[in-house]
Amino acid sequence: MFYREAGQYKTSYAADMAIFPLLQDRIGIAVILAVLFVGVPLFASEFLISTVMIPTLVFSLAAIGLNVLTGYTGLISLGTGAFMGVGAYACYKLTTYFPGVNIIVWIVASGFFSAAVGVVFGLPSLRIKGFYLAVATLAAQFFLQWCFVRVPWLYNYNASGAIEVPLRTLFGLPVTGPNATPEARYLVLLSIVVGLTWFASNLVHGRVGRSWMAVRDMDIAAELMGIRLLPTKLLAFAVSSFYAGVAGAAMMFLWYGGGEANDAFNINQSFLILFMVIIGGLGSLIGSFFGAAFISILPTVLKFGLPAMGVPLGGATAEHITYLVVGGLIIFFLVVEPHGLARLWQIGKQKLRIWPFPY
Amino acid sequence: MRAPGGDTRLAPGDVLLSVEGVSLSFGGVKAITDVSFDIRKGEIRAIIGPNGAGKTSMLNVINGFYHPQQGRITFKGATRQKMRPSVAAAQGIARTFQNVALFKGMSTLDNIMAGRTLKMRSPFFWQLFRHGPALTEEIAHRKVVEEIIDFLEIQAIRKTPVGKLPYGLQKRVELGRALAMQPDLLLLDEPMAGMNLEEKEDMSRFILDVNNQYGTTIALIEHDMGVVMDLSDRVVVLEYGRKIADGAPDEVKRNKQVIDAYLGVPH
Amino acid sequence: MSATEAREPPMRLTATGWTLVALAAAVALLVVASLSGLIAKGHPLDTLFVDPFRQMVDAPDLLVQTIWEGLVSGVLYALIALGFVLIFKASGVFNFAQGIMVVFAALTLVGLHEMGVPALLALVLAVGVMFVLAVGVERFVLRPLVNQPDIILFMATFGITYVLIGLGELVFGGNPKQMIDEQLFLPKGAIELKMLGGFVSLQKIDIAAAVIAAAMIAALAFFFQHTRIGRALRAVADSHKAALSVGISLNQIWVIVWFTAGVVALVTGIMWGARSDVSFALSTIALKALPVLILGGFTSVPGAIVGGLIIGVGEKIGEFYWGPLVGGGIESWLAYFIALAFLLFRPQGLFGEKIIERI
Repeated sequence: MFYREAGQYKTSYAADMAIFPLLQDRIGIAVILAVLFVGVPLFASEFLISTVMIPTLVFSLAAIGLNVLTGYTGLISLGTGAFMGVGAYACYKLTTYFPGVNIIVWIVASGFFSAAVGVVFGLPSLRIKGFYLAVATLAAQFFLQWCFVRVPWLYNYNASGAIEVPLRTLFGLPVTGPNATPEARYLVLLSIVVGLTWFASNLVHGRVGRSWMAVRDMDIAAELMGIRLLPTKLLAFAVSSFYAGVAGAAMMFLWYGGGEANDAFNINQSFLILFMVIIGGLGSLIGSFFGAAFISILPTVLKFGLPAMGVPLGGATAEHITYLVVGGLIIFFLVVEPHGLARLWQIGKQKLRIWPFPY
Repeated sequence: MRAPGGDTRLAPGDVLLSVEGVSLSFGGVKAITDVSFDIRKGEIRAIIGPNGAGKTSMLNVINGFYHPQQGRITFKGATRQKMRPSVAAAQGIARTFQNVALFKGMSTLDNIMAGRTLKMRSPFFWQLFRHGPALTEEIAHRKVVEEIIDFLEIQAIRKTPVGKLPYGLQKRVELGRALAMQPDLLLLDEPMAGMNLEEKEDMSRFILDVNNQYGTTIALIEHDMGVVMDLSDRVVVLEYGRKIADGAPDEVKRNKQVIDAYLGVPH
Repeated sequence: MSATEAREPPMRLTATGWTLVALAAAVALLVVASLSGLIAKGHPLDTLFVDPFRQMVDAPDLLVQTIWEGLVSGVLYALIALGFVLIFKASGVFNFAQGIMVVFAALTLVGLHEMGVPALLALVLAVGVMFVLAVGVERFVLRPLVNQPDIILFMATFGITYVLIGLGELVFGGNPKQMIDEQLFLPKGAIELKMLGGFVSLQKIDIAAAVIAAAMIAALAFFFQHTRIGRALRAVADSHKAALSVGISLNQIWVIVWFTAGVVALVTGIMWGARSDVSFALSTIALKALPVLILGGFTSVPGAIVGGLIIGVGEKIGEFYWGPLVGGGIESWLAYFIALAFLLFRPQGLFGEKIIERI
């Protein structure tokens, strides 16, 4: 009833090709942005911002990156965590050498370093396909993780072996380091995420995205149509790793505020991001957000929600139950909707369109 | 739709593509043995033969997917031994497939737009913003694609994911995708396989229209002899990887070897 | 392209051939340079390419010991890979949970024994648990997800992984445990062999592992080649639809295959647990089975075995002779690079047929 396209005529191809062709969608996205940029910093508690909003945003970025590779181009990667790590270390080195340049510039620029590394590890994709490639990306994961530990230059020879995030400011306000407020970090992160999501959306809706999907759906036909496979796949690797790298840098500088590679960028992180992409929906940008929100909020909900419901839990038991529940939910979601939360969202929108009628 | 881009030097009737002494084998299996024929500009050339005669392999050789061990292929006056399929596409060879090879996750529109990829050049930078040159280019190509959609009468399924379409329509979309490349040579691999009579008539009409209106040269593989005899200007017949006949449909129809190949030799 | 270029090239070598020629030439050059004294001891090229081989020749007993160690871990990798291949062949599922199944099976065995169950009874019960697991997986994961894309099933096995971790730790606790090797009549101690002017020490448990693995593989081979179920299994591996059409029950086959993989996992778990201890930390090592798979091919049992041995020996030798040059710990990624290197020359794996792409 409220969500109808009736009466909205598209009179140009440009209007028909718009990413949000419906007025309601445009209003919706404006409201969401307003809430995120103004509402959340003003009204949300610090706890909500730092344990829910910031992790969700960081993971969304990484999930978008992996979705470009896996969802849009059909190349499975199990090395996302390591590519995030490349971004984090690149950002650390850059801001150490050039402390005068604004940290936001470096967070974004560090994406280029992981993009370059991603291209190198994407080279085998010319000859290796499917799960073989997935295993090949594990080479990147373990090799890079080894580098993070064994190359002290990367962490500036700190005794702790960890990244120590320095204080950096924007317009005089601290945005990284121990003094930065969650609100400041959140707003910086949100701006980066919104900007990069817009770029990703433009890419996947245009020529580049079509070539990716063509390679995903039928690589031989794509090649016979003149889409060169290697450059297309490498571009997907580059863009994907760029997003992962920025996510990694943002994770270290705007969320963790420092830490060790073995905790943050290990193989489990790679798997977790793959979950987000699959549960959110392969080949869907909005799904990346859904998946990231789901996976990053779930443990918090279990941790605080179960005791509230009267299930008494010790620390270790809670962790075991979390594993059990997360595993069960993954299977449950795959069985109920293999196309992910994005498909549920679409179905919901469709229902809303014809509401109050069933058909 | 503009006339197919590319070669204007060749007049109708000139040799567009010639295949000379091509042999292809996989391990010990000989798929094609010493086959030569040519395709002239503007004609509809049929390749027929019993199952396993090497027809599809021949198309795969022509558009660079298989590399023959012997022989050479001359397209628009340039001879080649080995070529990537994407290069063949860039030179103006498009094709459809025996088993529909559409991009299943994409809409009809996106599938046909994907056929325009080779002709799209706007820089990556503008792609990021979807403004300026990127948007202009997208709109210009959308216009061409809409003309193809009108031509093939598939307006209603413009935004449907092709995986959900019935087989006959999928074949039509695939033809549209090949047409979007505005090829000089269009290879059709069994465009009417698995269709009912009505769909075959539609498809025949589209093939003839493509040939007449745009002057596109077409090489097609087909099993339905009625269709082949009606549509094609010249027919080449393969059997067990060898050429056994070549000529106008009527000649071929009377050829002893062809009759034997199709009906069996009396003992 | 001109007509002259189209002539037959005088020498027809593939890219692979050229690379091999170049490699051989480089090796020959190094040997000559080293023997003629052009590259002195301590020269980086010498340290990297010549010195490790000199060490091997100087202390052959150490080399034999290293190769033995490699073979033993290779057998264990091969066993995990074997369980994986069984499942992949029969159900097309990339079973990521195989490594966890190894730990889970061993944990069940040890955990039951800790609760006071006699060792042999615990062994039987553990086999029973693996059967229940197989039935559960078939009923709750495979059956509802039949005909879904491979990646969905792949993700579902992640779900299984999490469930098994959660369940195992919840029931048996998260602390590392000792394998009950004595109660299961497994030998202890080592045999010292005097050879090549030194000693080579072979752990008895390792010898037992090799013997048991060989026996199990022989039994499996017999089972697949000569029984009705084995034939049905091979039929399913070739084509699900065709197997269904001749009246083979897919569900039954899946249970059998997962159960077999479970038993293989149990045996692997016992052997591995006897070498270290039983904890979920083992599952990371179990990831090493993945490069074995890309090396041997996902569907080849001999491939899994030979691949396992190559990876095992390769990484031990690499770690022992080259590891110290770069700070050690290269075992974590060397296996993947060995597999990748093989894959670039033979994309179909060691025992795979050459793939002819059709369209």
